[in-house]
Amino acid sequence: MRMLALHLGVLAVLAAAQFLLPAYHHTNAARIMVLAVYAIGYNIAFGYTGLLSLGHALFFAAGMYATGLLVDRGGEPWLALLAGLVAGGAVAGAVGLLALRTAGPAFMIVTLMFAQAFHLAILYWGGFTGGDEGFTLSGAARRLGPLDLADPTTRYFVALALVSVAMLGTLALVRSRLGRVLVAVRENEERTRMLGYDTFRAKLLALMLSGLASGAAGSTYGLMFGYVGGSFAAIQYSILPLIWVLMGGAGTVLGPLLGTALMFYLIDLSSSVTTASQAVVGAALIGLILFAPRGILGTLRERGLRGLP
Amino acid sequence: MLTLDAVDAGFGRALVLRGLSFRARPSEVTCVMGRNGAGKTTMLRAIMGQVPVSAGRITLDGQRIETLAPHLIPQLGVGYVPQGRRLFGSLTVAENLDIGLMTRGRGRATRDRVLDLFPRLRERLGQTAATLSGGEQQMLAIARALCLEPKVILLDEPTEGLQPSMIAAIRDTVRTLRGMGVAVVLVEQRAEAVLDLADRVAFVETGRVAEMVPAADLGPEAPQFARYVGV
Repeated sequence: MRMLALHLGVLAVLAAAQFLLPAYHHTNAARIMVLAVYAIGYNIAFGYTGLLSLGHALFFAAGMYATGLLVDRGGEPWLALLAGLVAGGAVAGAVGLLALRTAGPAFMIVTLMFAQAFHLAILYWGGFTGGDEGFTLSGAARRLGPLDLADPTTRYFVALALVSVAMLGTLALVRSRLGRVLVAVRENEERTRMLGYDTFRAKLLALMLSGLASGAAGSTYGLMFGYVGGSFAAIQYSILPLIWVLMGGAGTVLGPLLGTALMFYLIDLSSSVTTASQAVVGAALIGLILFAPRGILGTLRERGLRGLP
Repeated sequence: MLTLDAVDAGFGRALVLRGLSFRARPSEVTCVMGRNGAGKTTMLRAIMGQVPVSAGRITLDGQRIETLAPHLIPQLGVGYVPQGRRLFGSLTVAENLDIGLMTRGRGRATRDRVLDLFPRLRERLGQTAATLSGGEQQMLAIARALCLEPKVILLDEPTEGLQPSMIAAIRDTVRTLRGMGVAVVLVEQRAEAVLDLADRVAFVETGRVAEMVPAADLGPEAPQFARYVGV
């Protein structure tokens, strides 16, 4: 109960921040919250199940393109949003059926190859996808019923709703039977199988849930910021959620949000004082590995906050 | 009853078990002895579906299990405690037990019965498994397997490297399991432990059971110990 209160408290602070933060930060915060949903999805696969994927940009971009292409051609935005969710989960399921027959470095390479193939396909069929330049979405395409996603306040609260669902959903997952099996798979897959669990099925479900969240994030991101582009399918977008999760704490519910926010503002603030902002990010990551190898919340959990999910 | 009939098992062409036949009956402790590399652990792993069986059959109460996916075998009531324990180190004692309980949908009553066998674990439910002593970890590994309420439990050298008080506690547990009607298959290398616990002893040599002897027929100086184990 205390842990649920903690997470609800964090969401309440985020809701209050909309009224307290200067306008400049509203868009930043909305962007962080949507990207945090992507990181939360990545965390289900990596943090809880131990699946180190280098191809999650595929699921993010699948959601974004499914939604973007549909609304761009006059589709109903709500249905397009739903299609984005389904695309993320379905593509993850299809990739998982093949990739999960491998493990460790082979799994990383296979997922990376799938994502690269999708990225190249976007570039190759540029006439349909917009290629590297991508395409923008009109104002009408970004209206979810009465919700105008071009409006910063609406955008903020839609992002907050999405991150709330993702965060509380993860909390419920972690406490569920499936969640406990996923953690057992992460700890020792063979032993979990010898205790009577179909570990392939558990990992596939984890990857699909992860893809669903990633697809939801990609879909919402496209609608909120009005742009769909090939760069979101590039390898950089597969590495970013890994860094966010590692920074906040893999296998913690709040870690992805914290990691995404810290990394976003680290780049934002450092780039305002130096052109070598990536060097600052690199130094921060080295510091993290040296002093908090389990990420910020992972280290706090290790040092006393034992009940942190 | 667990039965292995003329089982060949191994990896590709490298057979480890060659025509191995074996039986484990309810309410009996069947010890398995043999030199290193004789095939004792491979036999347990073949029962659990971890080593491919290329010939012969393995049945549990008449149902063939060597054709099943490995995760289905524990669901039928076969518990396995491998050498080296292999706990979920970062999970607590309670969480480790929960994973065992969930397999066959067992609940609090089963957990309480298991913890009655291991009162020391009851005091450490919130402690992470990796921080337990070696003996406590072995207790937890056995307790987790018992959460499945198994008909058959396979124990691979459970007292290896433990202090005498822990060894005594684990032997007491094995006797209790026998009293509960469980068929216990115990891989053990020490003759005195075998004579203390076993109802029957299977001596394994080069991938087959060379002799299956009632423990009552064996004395401390029985020639089989020197012949098959080298003690």
